Amino acid sequence: MEPDFLTIIALIVSLLVIRVTYVLYWTGRPFKRAPKTSLRTMIVLGSGGHTAEMLSIVNVLQKDKYAPRSYVAALTDNMSLQKAQVYEESLQNHENNVDKKRGAQFMQIYRSREVGQSYITSIGTTIVAIIHAMWIVLKLRPQVILCNGPGTCIPLCACAYLLKLIGWRWCTTIYIESIARVKKLSLSGFLLYKLPLADQFFVQWPLLQQKFPRSQYAGRVM
Amino acid sequence: MRERKGVFVTVGTTSFDKLVAAVDSEPVKAALFRRGFSHLQIQIGRGTYIPSKVSGEDGELEVDYFTFSPTIADHLTAASLVISHAGSGSIFETLRLGKPLVVVVNEDLMDNHQAELAEELADRKHLFFARGPHLLAQTIESMDLESLVPYTPGNPKNIADQIDAFFGFSSPGEGSDQKGGEGEGASVSKISKLFSFFFR
Repeated sequence: MEPDFLTIIALIVSLLVIRVTYVLYWTGRPFKRAPKTSLRTMIVLGSGGHTAEMLSIVNVLQKDKYAPRSYVAALTDNMSLQKAQVYEESLQNHENNVDKKRGAQFMQIYRSREVGQSYITSIGTTIVAIIHAMWIVLKLRPQVILCNGPGTCIPLCACAYLLKLIGWRWCTTIYIESIARVKKLSLSGFLLYKLPLADQFFVQWPLLQQKFPRSQYAGRVM
Repeated sequence: MRERKGVFVTVGTTSFDKLVAAVDSEPVKAALFRRGFSHLQIQIGRGTYIPSKVSGEDGELEVDYFTFSPTIADHLTAASLVISHAGSGSIFETLRLGKPLVVVVNEDLMDNHQAELAEELADRKHLFFARGPHLLAQTIESMDLESLVPYTPGNPKNIADQIDAFFGFSSPGEGSDQKGGEGEGASVSKISKLFSFFFR
């Protein structure tokens, strides 16, 4: 007897419901068991103080646990990837045995919207940015995404979460709101907090922690 | 003969013509001179307003300027007072060096969240804060440098430790990573692999 088309649909929907429930339950819950291997980490960089803050955090991470690392910045951001490359090279100089296969990668992503761009054309560029983000996430397969505010992180985090929902991969999103945000969250931060897309959400000022109780305050990075 | 005390003005990577123009104005230069400063160096960044160079021979404030420099840190270190735009990079770089700082907010910026940071640090007495270039002269006249409290830099390690804790990684120096469920049978791990499509 041929499987009923409706039965197949019902089965897929049931599996999806189970998976989505599982994801919603585990989002934000700490790992029960430490990963046996290192975690592929994607680091989202941004203009202004974002990259400096991000690199100061990456600098104190245990490099062997968060590897291989990939850095993503907007196409129009010229400085950030350069700074990241200089940083990664400085690490290479310290270590004697460099595993070439696990070297850092650097990628650029289309921006959803440039400063001052009209909202009508923004719809088109946002769609392009989302498709590009999906391509990047599928290519880099991050298990951890670290971001701190630039708009470029939203399509990336959203795509990673979508893939998680359909059971493709598991990616933990860690968001650290910029030190420049004292009383209000950035738009990226607000979206990641509310939806919620982030597993861990750090703020750098105590007032924000009170306003957003699911966030964590662990001091400032500079 | 006046002691050499320099003022360094920085706009970072931005264009902040109104600040440069305000610094270049007589009221601000006079205020700085009255407060005992001998020379003024302005980093104008991407701005188009060009300040007037002054040699300082006639008993007035020396003024010089440049656009960008790879050694901003040197200028900050040499200065006795820093006047800066409200970018977090410039602010914290200056505070880390322990320099007296006046932050001027660029009111023309659309989303002015930068003012929040300057305001908070001013409330905590780590710097002086002017809501716009038009308020710079009076800020300089009235500032009490003795009232400044040194800023203790933050430590990103605290956040890194919390991230490690989330994954169950031990921090460097501690014992081995958290392991729950040790002694799981081979059969259980085989079943886990089977359902790895769903399990994290």
